[in-house]
Amino acid sequence: MSRLVVEGLTIRLPRGADRDNAIEDVSLSVAAGEILCVVGESGSGKSVTASAVMGLLAPGLSIAAGRMALSGEDLRAQSPEAWRAIRGRRIAMVFQEPMTALNPLMSVGAQIGEMWRVHMNLDAREAERRALAALREVNLPDPEGALRAFPHELSGGQRQRVMIAMALALEPEVLVCDEPTTALDVTTQAQVLALIKDLQRRHGTAVMFITHDFGVVAEIADRVAVMRLGRVVEEGTAREVLTNPRHDYTKALLASVPGLHAPTARALSSDEVLQVRGLTKTYVSRGLFRRRKPVRALDDVSVTLKRGSTLAVVGESGSGKSTLARCVVGLLGNDGGQVVIGGAPLPKRRRDAARLVQMVFQDPYASLNPRRRAGAQVAQGPIAAGTPAVAAQREARDLFALVGLDPDAVDRYPHEFSGGQRQRIGIARALAMKPQVLVADEPVSALDVSVQAQVLALLRELQARLGLSILFITHDLRVAAQLCDEVAVMRNGVVEEAGPIGAVFADPRSAYTRSLIDAIPGRALFGL
Amino acid sequence: MRVLGLALRRLAASLPTLLLILAGMFLLLQLAPGDTVDALMAQMGGGDAALAEELRRFYGLDVGIAAQLGRYMLRLLTLDLGFSAIYGKPVATVILERLPPTILLMISALSFAFFFGLVLGVVAARRVNRWPDTLISTLGLIFYATPSFWFGLMAIVVSSVYLQWLPAGGFGDITQSYTGIAAVLDTARHLVLPTLTLGLIFLAIYLRIMRASMLEVLSLDFVRTARAKGLSETRVVARHVLRNAMLPMVTLIGLQAGTMLGGSVVVESVFSLPGLGRLAYESVVQRDLNTLLGIVFVSALLVISINFVVDILYARLDPRIASGS
Amino acid sequence: MRAAKAYLRSQAALIGTVILLAVLVMGLGASWFYPADPLGLAGRPLQWPGANPRFPLGTDPSGRDIAAQLFHGARISLLIGVVATSIAVVIGIAIGAVAGFYGGIVDTLLMRVTEAFQTLPNFLLLLVLVAVFGSTMGTVTVAIGLVSWPPVARLTRAEFLTLRTRDFVQACRVQGLGDAHLILREVLPNALPPVIVYASVVMAVAILLESALAFLQLSDPNVPSWGNLIGLGRSVLRTEWYVSAIPGVAILLTILGVSLVGQGLNDALNPRLASGR
Repeated sequence: MSRLVVEGLTIRLPRGADRDNAIEDVSLSVAAGEILCVVGESGSGKSVTASAVMGLLAPGLSIAAGRMALSGEDLRAQSPEAWRAIRGRRIAMVFQEPMTALNPLMSVGAQIGEMWRVHMNLDAREAERRALAALREVNLPDPEGALRAFPHELSGGQRQRVMIAMALALEPEVLVCDEPTTALDVTTQAQVLALIKDLQRRHGTAVMFITHDFGVVAEIADRVAVMRLGRVVEEGTAREVLTNPRHDYTKALLASVPGLHAPTARALSSDEVLQVRGLTKTYVSRGLFRRRKPVRALDDVSVTLKRGSTLAVVGESGSGKSTLARCVVGLLGNDGGQVVIGGAPLPKRRRDAARLVQMVFQDPYASLNPRRRAGAQVAQGPIAAGTPAVAAQREARDLFALVGLDPDAVDRYPHEFSGGQRQRIGIARALAMKPQVLVADEPVSALDVSVQAQVLALLRELQARLGLSILFITHDLRVAAQLCDEVAVMRNGVVEEAGPIGAVFADPRSAYTRSLIDAIPGRALFGL
Repeated sequence: MRVLGLALRRLAASLPTLLLILAGMFLLLQLAPGDTVDALMAQMGGGDAALAEELRRFYGLDVGIAAQLGRYMLRLLTLDLGFSAIYGKPVATVILERLPPTILLMISALSFAFFFGLVLGVVAARRVNRWPDTLISTLGLIFYATPSFWFGLMAIVVSSVYLQWLPAGGFGDITQSYTGIAAVLDTARHLVLPTLTLGLIFLAIYLRIMRASMLEVLSLDFVRTARAKGLSETRVVARHVLRNAMLPMVTLIGLQAGTMLGGSVVVESVFSLPGLGRLAYESVVQRDLNTLLGIVFVSALLVISINFVVDILYARLDPRIASGS
Repeated sequence: MRAAKAYLRSQAALIGTVILLAVLVMGLGASWFYPADPLGLAGRPLQWPGANPRFPLGTDPSGRDIAAQLFHGARISLLIGVVATSIAVVIGIAIGAVAGFYGGIVDTLLMRVTEAFQTLPNFLLLLVLVAVFGSTMGTVTVAIGLVSWPPVARLTRAEFLTLRTRDFVQACRVQGLGDAHLILREVLPNALPPVIVYASVVMAVAILLESALAFLQLSDPNVPSWGNLIGLGRSVLRTEWYVSAIPGVAILLTILGVSLVGQGLNDALNPRLASGR
């Protein structure tokens, strides 16, 4: 029997939004012991669906039509008091951002214990005893310590385990997970997914799992519903949808999921345009009267990039890959070692360095000044370097065309562009300086899968046309495999392993690389 | 322990600030035309140059500016604030006599503003954009716009002259000699109007900050988590929102300690309270530089100690501070 | 454009603008409405408002027309408010921008100075400045500006600290643009909206400081300031309380206008934090 049923649900957006309804005529059902994955890109309405079944719609949104039922009980008819008795006890939720989903001023034990204290009127001691047991069940190291810890003392993965322990505290009939692993590193993600699946099997919970990642779907789903622009376009068992999609949108989404297959290796130039030699960088945070433990972000890092090729630097958060990128473009000074571009050390003067190396940033929303026209931001670099303004502006138009944007769009402001388009502006801005080396710091990780594929294709095309040499920083091995010739795997500021990407991924020498590859969700389905 | 250590470090960091203030103030006062001796001689109805010379040597004004500053700072290390020519007493004694009313006034005004600011801010945020919010926010705007000295005068007119409920000024009834509880009540009666007058603008500021902070915290992820746990709205606010929302208010106490002390100059003058603020006003009028510098020094110490307490309070409220992240 | 529309839609802004315009008309038209010296003797002292049609708001203890002083006082309040605020905002932005953008030792030094100013009670500092440099209109205005900049510097610094690490600023560094470009073209325009909103607070405080100073008879005695009049009314408070009451209402309304305009600006410039829809 279905634990959670949603039928013909339509939720209206406030007036003035870009469409009338957040979701339209959505029907879903989750049975006991089943995981339903709701997949979609941003704006598909998948998160709105999740908050609707929790009875926590954002202000301004309202249910226009449809039915929701929990174990046969109509949810729409519930009074606010009745909803409170249901929420947490019979239907619980795990959110996306582990960093902000817990109260920073309250101990972990108190936050979990609250579930029993509020719903079952247990006393503090009994609640604490049960909270400890719950923390044990989610495999937190040192559960006694975690009980008294505050959220900021735990890592992201640990916090997400706390969230799961809290959500499952009262053995709810339905668990709603809204992108619970999106903010986590890939190995942590694998662990958390395994935990959710394990607990769900043992307790027979019905799980509604919201995600944008087909890899995660392949890893965890029993059934799949694909959403697009507020509608369910396809629904079926995981096997059906993943291996034999019927709807064109599902097919396109699946096609744009990168696999780990590297393209056949090509002959690379022997000219090493970028040499990073024994680079060392230590962060020391200093206050007037306190010193903290120094953090070694780069420890004797050496990598080389051959002209006209792409070198992937992959690693999880804290590996030092972004620090390396920032040292290479001169945004950060290094403590030891050398960055050599085109045979000469990276010049100290900003203006001289700008002609040698440029950077594409991760967040397409933060990397453009919201108050200046897009074209001006592309042209300003060449103008500062001495190009006459008129010529620089003409070049900016040409660059817009080159990266697949309308040349007339140079006069628009950043907010008028989509995320993918902004990333194209970022690329045009970097190319305007005609650099020898292009450093791309996670350039596609903030984008939807389909847009991600387009931007990767653009980079590939530009490399072929302009002979670009690209240092490509990413956390995603699949993305690296799409584009790169060689790879360097980093961990804790050290290069663990480096070599041609096909060879490294097919037969990793380092155990760490192996574990990274093993942790990729949906690997069985999407290759390698 | 870590909390105390942190607060002590912050305290140590304010030492250079204090020295900077003293040096700046001293040099500034050197720019003033005329000095204590001029004022003194004007009071005595004039005198000859020899007498002036004598007096200057007596008050240590005969050496160069740098030497005077050096001497002054050196003396401060022993908490010797010098001698007030006008009051004929050591500055430290004069200030110490005037300190209690000011501290009492500040504590009561702060408590009044903090408590009602908190309550009104919470009520307004809970009923955002409905009539209680509109009423409270409007009152806040009006309180903020009310000049304190004017409010004080009007309060005297209404409650002392017409209704005859409360005394119009002073720190105690000088015609009676109360002891024990009666004395405390008498002082309290005298402090009601000054407290309202000084606290009004801070009440307005606190309620506005509290309302904004509540709204901000209510939109955070962990509040959504708390609601998803099935907690009642009252529990969500009481257990999860309130403490987080109070943090900016606590910070504000420290930042505005100086402003409040400045406000007491005016309020003490309106209600003729024998406090530090009124002393400052008198020494400006009488050009009593030693006393004025002493008051500046003591005010700075007062503000720094308030910030010390606020630091400890903040670290107690927010565990992230103590662990240094 | 969007900001201007949002401003006009805000009720607070509308009321505030109307009040401020009224005060502005009073100030600008003072010499036209009341061409005679407002501090000159006009009639019998202490006439209650409405008692004599020549003096709709009555006369003060020296027989001067309260209405005339109110109109001329509007000019003084606005002038001091605008000039002192400009001084405070310019100093505050300069110090905050340099401290926040460069960080390190420059930041530490500038922040120590700012802290020193904030540790001193601002009104006490104002008293000292006026005592040292005299209490003409000019010195009072400059002194108010000098004691009001620290919060502006802190706010600007905080904005600069977060903005300078933003990717778009980093991108400009990588493009080889100089610090002047980064500060003036990239960071400052993005840091300005909250500072502009805060300027309304500075202006309100400046007007309050001047009136408090005048109330204590420590401001320029030769100008018809509202605070002066309130101070003069103290001696007759128990009977002719209107002498103090009337200019107080004028101050209250002016500050209210400034605050409301500030709130309207906030709704318009920081739409995310808009207080009401």
